[in-house]
Amino acid sequence: MHKMTIQKYPDCLRLQVEQATKINITECYQCGKCTAGCPLNGDMDIMPNQILRMMQLELPNYENKILKSLSIWLCLNCDMCYSRCPQEIKLSEIMDFFRQKSLRENKVNPKAKDILKFNQSFLENIEKNGKMNEIGLTINYKLKTFNLIQDVRHAPSMFFKGKLRLFPHKVQNIKEIKRLFRKTISNEGGSK
Amino acid sequence: MKIGYYPGCSLESSSKEYSKSLLAVAEKCGIIPEEIKGWSCCGASAAHNLNHDLAIVLPARTLAIAEEQGFTEILVPCAACYRRLAAAQYEVTTNEETHKKVESYLELKFSGKIKILSVIEFLQKYISPVADQYIVNNLNQKIACYYGCLLARPKETSTLKRTEDPLEMESVLEKTGAKLINWAFKTECCGASLSVSSTAIVAKLSGKIIENAVASGAESIVVACPMCHMNLDMRRPEIKKQIKKDLDIPVLFITQVLGLSMGIPADKLGLNNHFVSTKKVISSIVKKEA
Amino acid sequence: MARIGVFICHCGENISATVNVTQVAEAASKLPGVTYATDYKYMCSDPGQTMIIEAIKEHKLTGIVVGSCSPRMHEATFRKVAEKAGINSYLCEIANLREQVSWVHPKSDATTQKAIDIVRTLVQKVKQDSPLYPIKVPVTKTALIIGGGIAGIQAALDIANAGHQVIIIEKSPSIGGHMSQLSETFPTLDCSQCILTPRMVEVAQHPNITLHTFAEVESISGFVGNFDVNIKLKARSVDLSKCTGCGTCWQKCPSKKIPDEFNEGLSDRTAIYTPFPQAVPNKPVIDRANCIWFLKGKCGLCKKNCPTGAIDYEMQDEIINIKVGAIVTATGFDIKHTDFFPEYGYGQYRNVIDGLQFERLASASGPTGGEIRRPSDGKIPEKIVFIACAGSRDKAKGIEYCSKICCMYTAKHAMLYKHKKPEGKAYVFYMDIRAAGKNYDEFVRRAIEKDEVLYIRGRVSRIYEKNDKLIVKGIDTLLNAQPIEIEADMVVLATAVVANKDAELLAQKMHISYDKHHFFSEAHPKLRPVETNTAGIMLAGACQTAKDIPDTVSQASAAASKVLGLFSSDEMTREPIVAVVNRMAPPQFTTCTGCLLCMEVCPYNAIEREEIRDRRTGDLIKVAAKVNAGLCQGCGTCVAFCRNKSIDLQGFSNQQMLSEVIALLNQPF
Repeated sequence: MHKMTIQKYPDCLRLQVEQATKINITECYQCGKCTAGCPLNGDMDIMPNQILRMMQLELPNYENKILKSLSIWLCLNCDMCYSRCPQEIKLSEIMDFFRQKSLRENKVNPKAKDILKFNQSFLENIEKNGKMNEIGLTINYKLKTFNLIQDVRHAPSMFFKGKLRLFPHKVQNIKEIKRLFRKTISNEGGSK
Repeated sequence: MKIGYYPGCSLESSSKEYSKSLLAVAEKCGIIPEEIKGWSCCGASAAHNLNHDLAIVLPARTLAIAEEQGFTEILVPCAACYRRLAAAQYEVTTNEETHKKVESYLELKFSGKIKILSVIEFLQKYISPVADQYIVNNLNQKIACYYGCLLARPKETSTLKRTEDPLEMESVLEKTGAKLINWAFKTECCGASLSVSSTAIVAKLSGKIIENAVASGAESIVVACPMCHMNLDMRRPEIKKQIKKDLDIPVLFITQVLGLSMGIPADKLGLNNHFVSTKKVISSIVKKEA
Repeated sequence: MARIGVFICHCGENISATVNVTQVAEAASKLPGVTYATDYKYMCSDPGQTMIIEAIKEHKLTGIVVGSCSPRMHEATFRKVAEKAGINSYLCEIANLREQVSWVHPKSDATTQKAIDIVRTLVQKVKQDSPLYPIKVPVTKTALIIGGGIAGIQAALDIANAGHQVIIIEKSPSIGGHMSQLSETFPTLDCSQCILTPRMVEVAQHPNITLHTFAEVESISGFVGNFDVNIKLKARSVDLSKCTGCGTCWQKCPSKKIPDEFNEGLSDRTAIYTPFPQAVPNKPVIDRANCIWFLKGKCGLCKKNCPTGAIDYEMQDEIINIKVGAIVTATGFDIKHTDFFPEYGYGQYRNVIDGLQFERLASASGPTGGEIRRPSDGKIPEKIVFIACAGSRDKAKGIEYCSKICCMYTAKHAMLYKHKKPEGKAYVFYMDIRAAGKNYDEFVRRAIEKDEVLYIRGRVSRIYEKNDKLIVKGIDTLLNAQPIEIEADMVVLATAVVANKDAELLAQKMHISYDKHHFFSEAHPKLRPVETNTAGIMLAGACQTAKDIPDTVSQASAAASKVLGLFSSDEMTREPIVAVVNRMAPPQFTTCTGCLLCMEVCPYNAIEREEIRDRRTGDLIKVAAKVNAGLCQGCGTCVAFCRNKSIDLQGFSNQQMLSEVIALLNQPF
């Protein structure tokens, strides 16, 4: 049972989030409606309203917990929380911020590694082709996760239903796309 | 006046039948949307999960090139693309600083004020007013309309009037003679982009939706989003395992149902490309009395 | 010849700490027209006041300037001092050296100079003050109470018992209001109708009270002490003088499927009906919008069967005119209904009900005879979920305020259910418990500890129907944010208290202020809670803001006391700081050209059109504006708008204002 001394400090997570998203975290009065309606409340390790409470307390070890949580990677941005929040707090935007910060600071929860790798594979695919190519994406993802068998049985039927393209269809102005990636994610510019 | 067409990555491949049926219905009503030249991916959820600026600039590119090609309206049938494009539009039209930054990345000037039509808006605006002339069949089916998240929320980009119990799809499908049932899971999340990385979660969430639809008396489910379709259709084996029930309720795109009622043959609507058989829906067609 | 006295107050240290008060007094003494100037530590104290009186008498002063705190604080004090000393009380001006000088500037020479400048300008003003006398306005000693709920009833009885005439108008067919719909009241669990109906009967039988039910305000004009009100008596279609209340008519009425407003839609009523058995007056009314006779010209059974011939289909709405001296607004409140909540079903689930509907279920005179039953199938619920804060404290839904009464009545509802069905399970989802009244917190603890109602801290995100049950998705934030799902048989939403839908219209008719939620505004939130900014119109009850019965009754009696204060003399006095249109001898009569622009811009409707006529022939000579001194608040808007300066403000004339400005500019800053 350890004592927590609350020290308000200038660079706390709450202020960073408020600056990036313009959302006033103190408006949350912990009614819990977000968690009650979240489709993933059975799978998250920290509940959405708890994440807000942790920010409100401004305790450094709790802030680390948030960035290392599985919750921020499970969040689907379905916005059910935002649509029901009486104080109109856009949690999905805050979650985006946490995901980006957690990746930057190398704090991604081990259980979320597959989700992160899927997202990364997806973006690498877009950077290369401008549009998504399933086979390329799948191969890339499987190589990243070593999950070689998953979804393999879907592949033949997908192919025969015309849902899989064997060869990637590159977008004409692929240089433009590559430039956009360069200016934003590749140099870690463009993150808040 | 030409409507720009932005199919998005899914409609070109894994949800090809959505594009096929949409264009077939549009053509029947005399509308031929024109595909935007050189379009690229909107970034989907991967972009906004990993980088804020990329998440705006990728969809903004589509808005910019569509404007450059002279379109005033673009049709975006994929709900995820719709949400990304609308979100980018919201950002650039409400924040001048963001607007300028995006223009500098794209090396292209644009207003961002192009009208983005979701498939529902498109159907309401262009198809419903003339549907009576083309509908030749009635569908003897009890249909549950499933909207998913991205058409209903957030309020900044949604065009639905009743966010918890929308009726727009129902009003479009009224003319097909199908019975549109009342049910409670119209806007619950199907599991979206966790389809590949956390299939168990998708099985759970999509399973709840299918269970509720069936329990409310539905014989088929109609969707307007390729991601939802994939989760409810392709992932059916995983769902069946998760909910321990052998439910074979078919999942169709709203444009396929409209197409059937307009007498367009099933193969032109891509109805044989589904994982869960759509035979029952096709055989529920009854020719309308003159 | 002006002989002005200047008195500078230190205000303890409030002024003297930043302003050199001695220097100010010295500078004042050198001004032309100033005979005497001094400073003192506490001018408003007894010795300070005595000092002023003595100075006025000794130096034969013709006017005084007091440099002190804001006139809002002590202007009245120093006016009385002047009067005691024998000069007209309006020959006293206050220089605000505290709020406008010492409280807003640091100590410096410039600050002292500012104080000197202000005193100098007011010396100029007071030299041009003319004696003014309070205006006397006659008072009609009859009160009008709008609204016949518990607030209106209480106020009416208080005023009537003091010996004055009272007229109550109530828009529904019976008085009683929402209190008559309640089953039991917190914290005593008294039967609501049992404590209310004796008062209702007292009102009906009181010799000083005239009751008009099924009536509404048509228009109000006039001013405090002299209101002119037109009341629309809506056509009841029943002659009250002949009707005995026997009830034959509504027993025979074939139109039986009209949703009953008194039972909040849980049951039906007939087209000719009395709202409830203890209605006052206990005489029916015909709902013409749903009556077969008025819709199709057929039936007429009530008229055929009425033993006294009291039914009159030809009856028309009637407008009567009354003159009253004071008005008490007691129009009450409304609540949001279940259709307001998208996440709770848009009102389509019959077993999701609101607080008033639950009251009707619990009430012995209600549609289920006091048994709590599900509206869908009449079964008695085994599990009820009560949701507090449904719509209140919710910025997203546009209602940021707390509705005050729901925490208490939710505890009450849960207790009533448990008393009627002890084996049943009651759950309350809450955010906070607001039980601040006398015996209130003990009441809620009783619900939790004795009646075993389970209180869960968290809000409910969604309710939907599954088979026969309602799935309630909530959360317990106290237990590590644990999501909680309950399969309930019934859900009661403690919905937000809101203003009546006609509140805005009524407020505009009465020219009283209201806030963005259409609750009527009190004159001052702390010190004047039962008056409005419109003199003569008082507020009582929930029309001002959500409140419970004890507070409502207190406020009603307080409003009554204000009315009685108004009625305590035959005439009332008003400050003479009013606008006056100039008048002079014939043939000019006035420079006013009768454009009446002032009348259009006056915010208090205090300007009238006057016709100046030849006394002998009655011919119209000219039309001019005339200020009603009883209504004028001295704001000066008319003076600013008048195109040829024919209207001026007593005590703040154009000439005075001009000389103040010149005095201010005469010295360098």
